[in-house]
Amino acid sequence: MVSQAGIDEIRRLAASFPRRESALLPALWVIQREEGYLPEESLRVVARELSMEPSDVTSRASFYTMFALRPRGQYVIQVCQSISCALVGAQQVIDHLRGRLGIEVGETTHDERFTLLTVECLASCGSGPVMQINEDYFEHLTVERVDEILDGLP
Amino acid sequence: MAHPAETLWVYRNQETQNSHELPVYRASGGYQALERALNELAPAAVLEQVKASGLRGRGGAGFPTGLKWSFVPRETSEPRYLICNADESEPGTFKDRYLMERDPHLVLEGIALASYAIGAAAAFIYVRGELAEAARRLEEAIHQAEAAGYLGERMVGTQTSLKVTVYRGAGAYICGEETALLNSLEGRRGHPRLKPPFPATHGLYQCPTVVNNVETLANVPLIVQNGAEWFRSVGTAKSPGTKVFGVSGRVRHRGNYELAMGTPLSTLVYGCAGGMEDGYQIRAIQPGGSSVPFMTPDQIDCPLDFESVSEAGSLLGCGSVIVVDQTMSIVEACLILARFYHHESCGFCVPCREGTNWMLRILERLVAGQGTAADIDLLYEICGSMLNRCFCPLGDAAAMPVQSAIERFRPEWEHVVRHGVDSVKSNVGATLSGH
Ligand SMILES: Cc1cc2nc3c(=O)[nH]c(=O)nc-3n(C[C@H](O)[C@H](O)[C@H](O)COP(=O)(O)O)c2cc1C
Ligand code: SF4
Ligand code: FES
Repeated sequence: MVSQAGIDEIRRLAASFPRRESALLPALWVIQREEGYLPEESLRVVARELSMEPSDVTSRASFYTMFALRPRGQYVIQVCQSISCALVGAQQVIDHLRGRLGIEVGETTHDERFTLLTVECLASCGSGPVMQINEDYFEHLTVERVDEILDGLP
Repeated sequence: MAHPAETLWVYRNQETQNSHELPVYRASGGYQALERALNELAPAAVLEQVKASGLRGRGGAGFPTGLKWSFVPRETSEPRYLICNADESEPGTFKDRYLMERDPHLVLEGIALASYAIGAAAAFIYVRGELAEAARRLEEAIHQAEAAGYLGERMVGTQTSLKVTVYRGAGAYICGEETALLNSLEGRRGHPRLKPPFPATHGLYQCPTVVNNVETLANVPLIVQNGAEWFRSVGTAKSPGTKVFGVSGRVRHRGNYELAMGTPLSTLVYGCAGGMEDGYQIRAIQPGGSSVPFMTPDQIDCPLDFESVSEAGSLLGCGSVIVVDQTMSIVEACLILARFYHHESCGFCVPCREGTNWMLRILERLVAGQGTAADIDLLYEICGSMLNRCFCPLGDAAAMPVQSAIERFRPEWEHVVRHGVDSVKSNVGATLSGH
């Protein structure tokens, strides 16, 4: 459940825009930061605070790929598969992660530590292959670098 | 280190230590243009200066910036808005991100000047969701600038005020399209809107709104500071000034280089980027991001300005040069692009939703070795049926590269159908070593 501090923040956000509905994305970010994804009951809180229909909140949230409607792993690994990264070996990085984690793209490991996703261009095309783990960027990837990075995670 | 071919204007602070801090920005002459404009120039004078400079939008379409601003009604009781488009999501493009991360005050000064010129008291920076660091840097910079009196109430002691808000997107390429961005900012699904009416008269909350790219706005302080003549002294008559060009693919020194408009593509690829990595040769080039037609290696001397690249049959777009080498077939390159546009099609109109789906399926077949010569023709027809028929430019963006690839590389497509994709690749063992 979203905390009282979270609700207060959503209220502040709603009041800060010329129209309350503009606070939708910022409010969803608040929820996802607190809960890791967007649970249905929290979406209803957003709907209530922004005077929107709950079904509208859900359908609009689902339009955006960064909002997770279901729980994900502790570490969400997103590897860019767009053209500039593909030219410098993104596929090897993806294949290596699949092998190492023992999951397919789109899946979460049994211990709920890792979710593996492929994504489109991360605006790091000059330093690919690139992946994001949660909000952090890791660039110039090699198979060895990927292992080092994963081994170094707390 | 800057390459000698570069003209560093908007990227001049990129390698300065702590360039994101206000004192460092001020030491480089920062906020002088804003102080002078707010104290000495009328909004119309700022607008005229930008118009006279010939600055054109760096977000892809190259529309004249001053002209766009002049469409905003002067006498109106409605609020006016300025939006900085920082959704940077075009594959191959990574220039705005560094402007925001390393020189956020330059972007803010551009936003402040543009807002003053059009009479906006509120501005939004729509930052793509993944760029959390850029969003943080901008927010810190806004706080610093407000505390120092450059933003907020009574800016630099005048009657002008401006509230700048950072708004984070959440992963949708289409939200970079200006009207989809407006919908997203209003809390709706990010579908594009019908144009006209244009945002200049009916934008955010149906109020007059200007949407400009980050790099476009970063040019504005320089123009106000140094004048239109100065700006026109670099570049070509129709594409004045500089452009930040990003080079990616198997070149030796991938990265962003700021060059005078009209600099030959060869200077960028061989001079700045040091040419291809050992064992790699150029197969094809997209000069303006993933949405533009492919060029062939013999066009390497094409000057990089809006007119010359159009004459060469492609588009300058946002100046993102993607170099496809001989280890990837043009058919595979098209498949990777098709996967992107299929994923990013917002599904709002039929030609794009269906077209991107068909393109993806046919290209998957061709790459898997299950395609036929008829598939090439069918794919080509689908591209034709999408061009100019989709609701927004994303449909064209999906079709143009593939159409050009078939027109310019037809023998390769036929070879792939007969002998498979690997048969057209020179394999140097495209491994990850050396990075
Ligand atoms: C599918 C699509 C995606 C776009 N993405 C961006 C973007 O990420 N950043 C941007 O500045 N412009 C983008 N544009 C162009 C904008 O619609 C708009 O033309 C631009 O922001 C205007 O700014 P400018 O005149 O300063 O170039 C996109 C256009 C389309 C059709
Ligand atoms: S062309 Fe594609 S992205 Fe644009 S409105 Fe139609 S479906 Fe959406
Ligand atoms: S193509 Fe991978 S970051 Fe742009």
